[in-house]
Amino acid sequence: MDKLDVKTLDTLLSTFGPSGNEDRVREFIKSEIKDHVDELHVDALGNLIARKKGNGKKIMLAGHMDQIGLMITYIDKEGFLRFTNIGGISPTISLSQRVVFQNGTVGVIGSEHLESVKDLKLDKMFIDIGANSREEAEKIVSIGDVCGYYDAPVIDDHKVVSPSLDDRIGCYIMMETIKNLKDSPNDLYFVFTVQEELGLRGARTAAYRVEPDIGIAYDVTMTGDTPKARTMALKMGEGFAIKAKDNSMISHPGLKNYLVQEAKNQNINYQIEVLEFGGTDSGAIHLSKEGVPSSVLSIPTRYIHSTCEMVSTKDVIGAINYSTNLLTTDFNF
Amino acid sequence: MLLKDLCELKGVAGNEKIVRDTIKKDLESAGKKVTIDRMGNLIVSNGVKSDIHLGVTAHMDEVGLMVKGIDDSGLIRFTNVGGLDPRILISKVVEIGDEDVPGVIGAKPIHMQKAAERKKAFAMDQLYIDIGTGSKKETENSVSPGDYINFISPYQPFGNHKVKAKALDNRIGCFMVLELIKMDLPIEITGIFTVQEELGLRGSQVAANNLEADLVLVLEGTTCGDLTEVEEHLKTTELGKGPAISLMDRTSIYQRKLVDKLTEVADQHHIPWQYRRNSFGGNDAGRFQHSKEGTPCLSVATPCRYIHSPVSVMDERDFEGMKKLLTVFIEEISKGGIL
Amino acid sequence: MDGKNLLEKLIQTSGVSGYEGKLAEVVKEFFEPYADSITSDALGNIIVLKKGQKSSGILMFAAHLDEIGLMVKKIDKNGYLHMTSIGGFDQRVLPCQEVTVHGKEDLFGVIGMLPPHITGGKQEDSIKLEDLLIDVGYSKEEVGDLVSVGDIVTINRNMRLLKNNRITGKALDDRAGVVSLYEGIKNLHSQIHDVDVYFVLTVQEEVGTRGAITSTYGINPDVGLAVDVGFGKTPELNAHDTLELSKGPGILVGANTHPNVFKRLKETAKKNHINYQVEVAPGPTGTDAWPMQISGSGVATGVLSIPLRYMHTSVETVDWQDIETTGQLLSHFVMYFNSKEMEDFLCY
Repeated sequence: MDKLDVKTLDTLLSTFGPSGNEDRVREFIKSEIKDHVDELHVDALGNLIARKKGNGKKIMLAGHMDQIGLMITYIDKEGFLRFTNIGGISPTISLSQRVVFQNGTVGVIGSEHLESVKDLKLDKMFIDIGANSREEAEKIVSIGDVCGYYDAPVIDDHKVVSPSLDDRIGCYIMMETIKNLKDSPNDLYFVFTVQEELGLRGARTAAYRVEPDIGIAYDVTMTGDTPKARTMALKMGEGFAIKAKDNSMISHPGLKNYLVQEAKNQNINYQIEVLEFGGTDSGAIHLSKEGVPSSVLSIPTRYIHSTCEMVSTKDVIGAINYSTNLLTTDFNF
Repeated sequence: MLLKDLCELKGVAGNEKIVRDTIKKDLESAGKKVTIDRMGNLIVSNGVKSDIHLGVTAHMDEVGLMVKGIDDSGLIRFTNVGGLDPRILISKVVEIGDEDVPGVIGAKPIHMQKAAERKKAFAMDQLYIDIGTGSKKETENSVSPGDYINFISPYQPFGNHKVKAKALDNRIGCFMVLELIKMDLPIEITGIFTVQEELGLRGSQVAANNLEADLVLVLEGTTCGDLTEVEEHLKTTELGKGPAISLMDRTSIYQRKLVDKLTEVADQHHIPWQYRRNSFGGNDAGRFQHSKEGTPCLSVATPCRYIHSPVSVMDERDFEGMKKLLTVFIEEISKGGIL
Repeated sequence: MDGKNLLEKLIQTSGVSGYEGKLAEVVKEFFEPYADSITSDALGNIIVLKKGQKSSGILMFAAHLDEIGLMVKKIDKNGYLHMTSIGGFDQRVLPCQEVTVHGKEDLFGVIGMLPPHITGGKQEDSIKLEDLLIDVGYSKEEVGDLVSVGDIVTINRNMRLLKNNRITGKALDDRAGVVSLYEGIKNLHSQIHDVDVYFVLTVQEEVGTRGAITSTYGINPDVGLAVDVGFGKTPELNAHDTLELSKGPGILVGANTHPNVFKRLKETAKKNHINYQVEVAPGPTGTDAWPMQISGSGVATGVLSIPLRYMHTSVETVDWQDIETTGQLLSHFVMYFNSKEMEDFLCY
């Protein structure tokens, strides 16, 4: 394929789904893939496990549905909302951003007056939904309500800019792979996981159930190509990346080499990723039961965990094409 | 005599004996007569007589460490001989004294440090050498204060024409002087192998007090700053761009017309060369140029990365270029017109 | 076969966390004559089984194969390699080390230093890992595909003998433990024991005791001991945080040790005239025993620590005697369980 399905991607990116509240995302994905898979199962935590049956190797593919967000912990007298973070929220990145709650209410993140920007912390910030009093606010939201970043996705032939590319882009790649996949000898479990941003929680329970022979996560990763960036080899637009390591996992060397060889066979642009922070669902999958050889296909992404995460359209399309062909191979390594 | 053999000799400043003895043996087997002065400098003539008299000089000593004392638990405290960045010392194996007693310079385990500690380098007086003994008495059986400590670093070619070795500064120079003395060049050349250059150009002062020459060529391994994050204007020399010719350093300003003559000869013979582009550091030229009535000098060097460490690196092509340049330059001088 | 021989071979073979494959070959060769079976799992843990007469219980001894190392994270425009660490590396131990870059072929390299006219005599600050470069002597074009991002880099350091049977080298954490296990299985060769013993050479301990998680799950032991290294005493360290070289292994006391295991290890040592020390750890021990303890239905764990100086440098130093003694303690511990009920032993 050579073009993004803009409507589907836009819907996926705009669907509400902070960790622990992934229902709407799951429903949308389910509706898109149900005619293309043999089995569908939703487990106790809310993971969506979609199986394309086969007799070959049992491969678990994982992309997480959840996005980072905030949860209301207190509503003050004037109607301002205090909050805690769901997943990694940076005070400087979140200041002055828009958020949206499940019922569509839009708010703005503001902060107390501070002497120095170094003092900016989440507990000195608040969400403003334009209410004038606690009573007015409580008509619209409650303590415990959850919100995510709110901004319209921009999708063109060159780039995609949107909140939640982490990891709706991974989910999107998996969805397109499912739709485009020709016959595969393998027993494929496409798992759309929950609560990755809180510590790979959904992947842990899903892997325990599936007991895969091989695990591959689809997620985002950083780049080193912006001015005076921390040294890192990845560049946006030079291809999807095959992960060597991050903080949660060292890729199984045999599988990593297999993925690299496959990319060479397909004559497709790829890069190799060494990430000094962070983790993905494969971090949980590879340590399940007696262990699972695992790796990750990553999309180089700038401005991760902001409202304007950015990826290259070319890289995404490359990943879809690569993945579609990859899953038909025998995975002998 | 190969550069490899010279680099692997143990000759820390003040303890150059083995280097001097090896060089002496090599010169004598080539039929050259050698004298050793009261500092320990080795002086040799190439045996030719001519109107013009050249000096070629290189220092035999390298930087290293010395045993300061032994503490009650048998661990060895040490200090540097010559300029050494203490940050290069951690996690190394060394050999002590004439018996080459092996020991390690360890460090506090990372698990027992706070993150902030790791930002500060270890100072030399926090470090010690462990030879595996358990008491002062035991250590004293093998090691004494004043013993010289040497790094272990075998000569290792690698990469594209690169060589890793210790003491490239200045066994490179020693090699060049040996070659020039043993070559049949048609001009009177005195070779001077000095001691204790790394401690402040000490040996060369005595040698300079006793030399009558028209020009002295000071031959060296010199610093090279061609690592990626170094800004262009701070790169003194670069590997692979040929021998480096000095304009000015901490101890000398070189006569521009002599420098120009040298670079002209290089260009005529299509030998790539570079200027040594900043004035940091000094060498024995400082003594020869300013002693008695003064003798003009030129400094020519092979660039070395990680100089003053056990893993200095040079490019063999720069080394070969230096040898070729010196040879043709001296031949040109013998034809007249340069001096 | 000689344990010192195994130690030397292990030190010379590279095996950074996640990339322990070459070590597996060496280990299998040495353990084979004494084992009933040798298998490996999905992550690469090597599981050596010596069956007991009665299989009346399962013991698991774990020593980790992996060493800390470096990984290439970028090849810059001049051909220098930028690196990240695998496991806990103090950046101060890196300047002026000779390394091997395990690329398409093994390449010699040097981690250099900025020249003094640039550091400007400022020697008080350590050089950050971010700022250190590996020099393999090639330009970017010359390096070509000899090196890729993701390639592993190890420090060159062979075994050296110091005085008093002391040995220095890299990766003695935890190759010393691996050799203790080897001494242990050798000692058991001629003995008759009731319980099954799994000698597990684990992977990826240095990046989060990961191999121990999956191997313990597969074995499901009753009792598990981690054999690792402990902080050897040197003058700048607090005496109470350290173990002395040449005085035998440390037996750990604290939450990560089942009280009966602690008691039994001490009594076994005393009974067999084996020197030991006591190592205190109220909470996490940073060893394979930590995840072992909470695997499945729980495991009665303990930790033996071989005293080691300069941990996580390339000049780690141990006393060979301590390695041998630890091996003896392991085999005597196994023999204790003859004609004993495992349930009684595990009972609080």
